Amino acid sequence: MDHGEERLMDKNQETLFVRLIPFFERYGILLLILIMIAVLHLLQPDVFLSWRNVTNVFKQVSWQSMLALGVFMVIVTAGIDLSVGSIIMLSLMGLAIASKAGMPWYVVMLVAPAIGFLCGMFNGIGITLLRMPHPFIMTLGTLYIFRGIGNLISGGVPITGFAEEIRVIGNGKIKLDAFFGEGAREYIPTSLILMIVIFFIFWIFLNHTRIGKWIYAIGGNPGAARAAGINVDRILIVVYTLCGFLAGIGGLILAGRTNSAYPNAGLQSELDAIAAVIIGGASFFGGRGTVLGVFAGVMIMGILRNGLNLMNVSVFWQQVLIGSIIILAVYIDVLRRQLATRT
Amino acid sequence: MSDNLVLEAKSVSKFFGTITALQNVDLHLNKGEVLGVVGDNGAGKSTLMKVLSGLYKPSEGSLFFDKEKVTLNSPRDSQNLGLEMVYQDLALAGNLPIGDNIFLGREPTRKVGPFNFLDHKKRKQLTEEHLAKLKINVKSADQKVEELSGGQRQAVAIARATAFNAKIVLMDEPTAALAVKEVGKVLDLILNLKKLGVSVIVISHRMDDIFTVCDRVMALFQGTNFAQSELKNTSRDEVIGWIMGKKD
Repeated sequence: MDHGEERLMDKNQETLFVRLIPFFERYGILLLILIMIAVLHLLQPDVFLSWRNVTNVFKQVSWQSMLALGVFMVIVTAGIDLSVGSIIMLSLMGLAIASKAGMPWYVVMLVAPAIGFLCGMFNGIGITLLRMPHPFIMTLGTLYIFRGIGNLISGGVPITGFAEEIRVIGNGKIKLDAFFGEGAREYIPTSLILMIVIFFIFWIFLNHTRIGKWIYAIGGNPGAARAAGINVDRILIVVYTLCGFLAGIGGLILAGRTNSAYPNAGLQSELDAIAAVIIGGASFFGGRGTVLGVFAGVMIMGILRNGLNLMNVSVFWQQVLIGSIIILAVYIDVLRRQLATRT
Repeated sequence: MSDNLVLEAKSVSKFFGTITALQNVDLHLNKGEVLGVVGDNGAGKSTLMKVLSGLYKPSEGSLFFDKEKVTLNSPRDSQNLGLEMVYQDLALAGNLPIGDNIFLGREPTRKVGPFNFLDHKKRKQLTEEHLAKLKINVKSADQKVEELSGGQRQAVAIARATAFNAKIVLMDEPTAALAVKEVGKVLDLILNLKKLGVSVIVISHRMDDIFTVCDRVMALFQGTNFAQSELKNTSRDEVIGWIMGKKD
């Protein structure tokens, strides 16, 4: 590098605005969550940070976070999965039917993730082997197919009442008597623990394994991945399969939470998942985003909904707000790319 | 000279249907030699490179690596024999750091129980050593490739090609996409490879490139060997004439 160019680069990077970008890229979203919590605490001092309300938020986001995590991996490859809301419904219905058929609870519990796994694999195989021009089309098709099958096998009516062992994932409570004294009402939801464990596993997977690295490489430049000898199709099948599997886990959590399988389960939740991923800083163009960001995106959506509900803000305003946040988040991504990429 | 032969193609032909892309082309390359390949568009330069790297199978003729006859079924095969190709469109992932790009697909790992995890420390260390060996200056091995200039990206692509002790590197127009002030750095890098004993084949339209780095130049014309010469025995005007199919 000659000195003239070096000086030019330093000068560019000394602009305060540009220097702050990496900082905000990393911590801006956590800052946003803290601000939201502070504001809601000030507005609802007795309720918002109460044990009951906080656990409620976590229970709500736990199943949604599974969809967001799966969709996140897909978006990192510059793809999209629109079918996760239908996968969650189909896996929930499968679980309910297995439960009604009197299968043992440990088999019933495996049914939902297994159905999710197969649905995801179907998506992955369709996208790669059928050479669909874009994952949007394949997963738009399966959005209809999976929900249709779910209604066909259930007859389109809700199925309620599961065994306690099945419900433990979504509804279980870990008592904190040891900390708060005998008979205390404070507890940690099982689904929160499950969510943290799964996010941790996928953080390891994406950041510390070769396949994780290849997923990012495919999103950055699929041609480069191919030239490096990576079997891009195989990795894509893995990604879509894992996405479906996570949606199946989401179905299992939802089964415990609602104690019923219903035709509208997960309706439009694929859009919430995409929104959480985008708010969490992942780029729709692929190759960019972090697991922590997804977690933050899910939490922002959850806290926002919860806070607005506590304030008795109408659902319609909630829709307007969430939509605005998505557009703002993506606009920030656009600005970031403009400033950070030297061409 | 023939003792140092690392790569040889003997009367290679390549047909696509009724089109003849290459006809009885010979090529040889010695250890530590930089060979320039010139020719007009459609003269068969890129096809020849793709045959040498195993992307295309020759319709006729044979290839020899270290004087042994080989059949290449894919670029993986040529890589295993120590030949690497630097692609014209720079096969790099801009969202990944330099080190990740250099080791993409061949990441160093360490075993923890039954699992293989990326060895970030080792990758960083190997990257820094390799960049230092090639005298490539970047701020940090963790810099993302999209933050680099065109010349730096080309340097990373070349570093990637040579990270696993390649004996032969093929470069297709390595300076075509670069700003003028960056061309010199890439040419220096090629000379550096030569010093390290690597053999290089450079396809280029630019006479400046050819006459700065090459030891020998060969010209293809309409898919055939047209002329070749040690660089010291020829001139720019003569080579330009060859490209246009003119010989004295």
